[in-house]
Amino acid sequence: MNKNKTYPSYLAFGTVAIYFVFLFLPGVLGIFYSFTDWNSFHPEVNFVGLSNYQRIIAPNQKYMDYISNTVIFTIATTLAKSALGILLALLLTHKLVLGKALHRMAIFTPLVMSYLVVGLVFKSLLHPATGFVNIALRSVRLDFLANNWLSDASLALGTVISVDTWKGVGYIMVVTIAGLKSISATYYEAAEIDGANYWQRFLHITLPLIWPVLLTITILNLTYGLRVFDIIYALTNGGPGHATDVINTAVFSAFSKGDYAMGTTLSTVLFVFVMAISYFLVKMMENKGEEL
Amino acid sequence: MKRKMLLPGLTVNLTALLCSMVFIIPLTVVFLNAFKTRAESNTMTLRLPTVWMIENFFVVIERGKLATSFLNSLLYAGSGAILIALVVSLAAFVLSRNHSRLNRFLYYFVILGIAMPMSYISLMKIMQITQLLNTRVGLILIYAAVNIPISLFIMYGFVRNISVEIDEAAIIDGCNAFALYAKVILPLLSPVIVTICILNFMAIWNDFTMPLYYLNHSSRWPMTLAVYNFFGMFENQWNYVSANIILTIAPVLLVFILGQKYIVDGISAGAVKG
Repeated sequence: MNKNKTYPSYLAFGTVAIYFVFLFLPGVLGIFYSFTDWNSFHPEVNFVGLSNYQRIIAPNQKYMDYISNTVIFTIATTLAKSALGILLALLLTHKLVLGKALHRMAIFTPLVMSYLVVGLVFKSLLHPATGFVNIALRSVRLDFLANNWLSDASLALGTVISVDTWKGVGYIMVVTIAGLKSISATYYEAAEIDGANYWQRFLHITLPLIWPVLLTITILNLTYGLRVFDIIYALTNGGPGHATDVINTAVFSAFSKGDYAMGTTLSTVLFVFVMAISYFLVKMMENKGEEL
Repeated sequence: MKRKMLLPGLTVNLTALLCSMVFIIPLTVVFLNAFKTRAESNTMTLRLPTVWMIENFFVVIERGKLATSFLNSLLYAGSGAILIALVVSLAAFVLSRNHSRLNRFLYYFVILGIAMPMSYISLMKIMQITQLLNTRVGLILIYAAVNIPISLFIMYGFVRNISVEIDEAAIIDGCNAFALYAKVILPLLSPVIVTICILNFMAIWNDFTMPLYYLNHSSRWPMTLAVYNFFGMFENQWNYVSANIILTIAPVLLVFILGQKYIVDGISAGAVKG
């Protein structure tokens, strides 16, 4: 059988072409534009060297704050989603829990809703005066806990992180449950005979066996966090002030202001960050592929 | 023995219940609010509406121009999902069967895009050059590009699990490449194609960023952008806003309930099977 005749590479053309033109090329083009002064006010584009990058690290600019917000958001949501997701998975595979399927479905539901809608739902629920959260807190005499969740600069980022965790934790739970189910029961039976308790079994059997799964989802969570836009745009639009501005909300502001060069420079910083992480992701998938 | 199990059993079940509440209550509040009068919806509680205002939904559909945006979303998500399934199944078929140097390179080149951040502003330049800015076709192509990498990754694994002997038998029977794909491989891939179509349908339906950048005609907006705009106009009429939110999530919730198995399988396949 002639492989090149039976499986001609040109059948992959559609996939590669669409991906190349609308996702890969913009990334490369962005690197080029980050060294220019491209904007919406002047038609000509001039080469300006590293000056956009100098603007990002300049102390009188806010850009480093956006980058640090992005990193805080990414690390906090990844840790919270992983920890809570694993706990929920363990809870909802526990043999004494009734109605597991219903619980799982409830926790999974936010995952199928758009980030924008989740943002709008919580924007209403967290309204300082008329929102459900503060009204509920006041009704049980916990007035001191009723805060301006989204308009208090010291709380806003934490609120955004919590809402994002609420939406995304079901993903980790479902994937961890799938991983847990793939572990053969014989390991646990053997460990039980040897007298291992619940936590010992978790630490020495469960965790090592679902480790590859956790690593993959951690990387996916990290790359999601770095790219976050929708939920922040819907909840706070980067405010109050710039307290919750991240890289991609700053890209959108630059786009709205016509400061295209700055927008592409920020996108390029993100591109380099994420591609470095993705490189490890692809390497890992490659290794997995060869094991099979 | 039974008595000993009672306390742990109660504890885990109460904890599970409490956890589920955290996820259900926010949606319940919005759901109830959607049926209340304006005055009643001003304070958000879990109280049932005194009168169930079904007409809220009709007001929202009319004022929010939801019929148009619903059809737009359906068009983008539907044709996007089908386009992706078509091109990705073709690509997965040849890339996974023929491991030439070129094919290996192409596969890893495309799945590198799984996490690739979009360079929004330079994409706008490309949309201008190709004259696709503010067009429906342009938006569908962008959605295809963004969702192709993960779809290829999932599909590739499935093609690999189909025995090559089937191909050999088909070739001996006189199939060429296209016939082999269309008559033999495609039918065998139908479960994973359903999964990929559902996942991409939901991803596109839920997206908000792309139309924000690349569509400025409100007549072409999908539901997400319409609901965001509506939220801005009616910010202090929570009953209408809630009704609009419910209408926006209803279609995906329906898809989710109908295709739950496929969705969970697909999501797990991405991370577990690898």
